[in-house]
Amino acid sequence: MSWEPRPTPEITPETERYWSAAADGTLLVRECTDCGLVYHYPRALCPDCFSDDVEWKEASGEGTVYSYSATQSMSGWPEEDLPLVLAYVELEEGPRVMTNLECDPEDVEIGTRVTVRFKAVEDADAAVPVFVPRE
Amino acid sequence: MRDAYLVGAGQSEYGAFPEESYRSLFRTAFEAATDSVPRGIEASDVDEAFIGTLGVGGRQLGLSGPAVTEHVGLGGVPCTRVENACAASGFATRQAVQAVKSGMADVALAGGFEIMSDMSSDATKYWLGVSGETEWERLSGTTFSGVYAQMASVHMEKYGTTREHLSQVAVKNHANGAKNPHAQLGFECSLEDAQSAPVVADPLNLYHCCPTSDGAACALIVSEDVVDEYTDDPIRVAGVGASSDTVGLFQRDSYTGVPASQRAGEQAYEMAGVEPDDLDFAEVHDCFAIAELLAYEDLGFCEQGEAGDLIDSGATELGGDLPVNTSGGLKSKGHPIGATGAGQVVEAFKQLSGKAGDRQVENPTRGLTHNVGGSGGASVVHIFEKDAETEVSA
Ligand SMILES: [Zn+2]
Repeated sequence: MSWEPRPTPEITPETERYWSAAADGTLLVRECTDCGLVYHYPRALCPDCFSDDVEWKEASGEGTVYSYSATQSMSGWPEEDLPLVLAYVELEEGPRVMTNLECDPEDVEIGTRVTVRFKAVEDADAAVPVFVPRE
Repeated sequence: MRDAYLVGAGQSEYGAFPEESYRSLFRTAFEAATDSVPRGIEASDVDEAFIGTLGVGGRQLGLSGPAVTEHVGLGGVPCTRVENACAASGFATRQAVQAVKSGMADVALAGGFEIMSDMSSDATKYWLGVSGETEWERLSGTTFSGVYAQMASVHMEKYGTTREHLSQVAVKNHANGAKNPHAQLGFECSLEDAQSAPVVADPLNLYHCCPTSDGAACALIVSEDVVDEYTDDPIRVAGVGASSDTVGLFQRDSYTGVPASQRAGEQAYEMAGVEPDDLDFAEVHDCFAIAELLAYEDLGFCEQGEAGDLIDSGATELGGDLPVNTSGGLKSKGHPIGATGAGQVVEAFKQLSGKAGDRQVENPTRGLTHNVGGSGGASVVHIFEKDAETEVSA
């Protein structure tokens, strides 16, 4: 994982498709065909029933803020992206993700509905999902 | 299984010590521990050692256990480095207890150390962050303050917990730390100081976060077969509990509690056959003020959602019904990652031996220690108890 100018993902065989889909503007989650669990982070075994019969599922990209925290300074973080708003977003499909909200902290509260956006990553077939308040 | 006893424990001061090395700090802690054994103990009595460290800075990542035990004359003793982030030496203590209870060792050393002050704050953040969910949470720029801040946000939203409740934790722990000569931030702070500190990750401000520290701590655990050689006032390891969980918070159902701590607490109470009401003091893992409030609920000191009321009531202050973090806690005493769990055991030993000085709890029988790794990916709880039988016969 590299830290300049902002962290870039570590791409592995299990996660390659997740990151390349993000680069194409699609958020993927995993779904277990045996027990029905929809989960994140992507891995080849269902974390609930251990089935390896799991599929990729296209998420709607819609979710709600489960929790958040704003931070005024973060070393190594691009100045223009401060304040940094960290958030756990609960996706419509169920799983939560740790992410950033690209907005003024004043415009967020727990329960705010948000939509995914993607930040391109240089030198890799990947993009990082972030969220903005829904229009 | 036979019983295990805590017969000695000691620590270095916690703080920033540019003149010291991890080895010299460990020697200080080891000597303090051996000196604290009422009837004395020889280094050659130690059968096995478990040493907790995260290895901040990467200066001795491999064989960091033997590197400190050889330094105090324990070369040759089987030694294992235990890594569970901030819970490293809480788990080292549990390993020592297991070694003794199983019959593999009569005398086991549990220790820990960390050096954190000789790096830039960026490097320190990096080394703290390696215990977070590096693949899926750190991409967002998250540090531990950002994760705990979000636990605080949910608790505040759900239960009406306030910034003032968080600040009260800081005020209490600083008041206790001011009475502890080993504390790093051994000064008192007012509620106003704590409320007006700069924001780190909203709602957490500087006074709601523990410092980074250098330090070492050691505890000596012995079997029931040899305990009489070392003390007339045995302190029994009455209960042990431990659990792990997802490293990242995003996979947990609830953020208003730390499930690994709930499970560890339940196991420890069950093994000891006691209830939270039976405790006379507790050392809990207050890396952030919200973490102490969550611990009140996770460990059954109050009902879920009532931690704000509990800190408000004064019950967890020195002199209250259940004093918490009489040492000053991580907030005031300091948090040298790998040493923290064993350092909590040091406070339990001092309190139960009547050697806690100005912060002594009146005639305690039983105390609990609670040590958490990361944001709850690992948690370990111990309950220490003065041996009533021996007390009567003595
Ligand atoms: Zn499944």
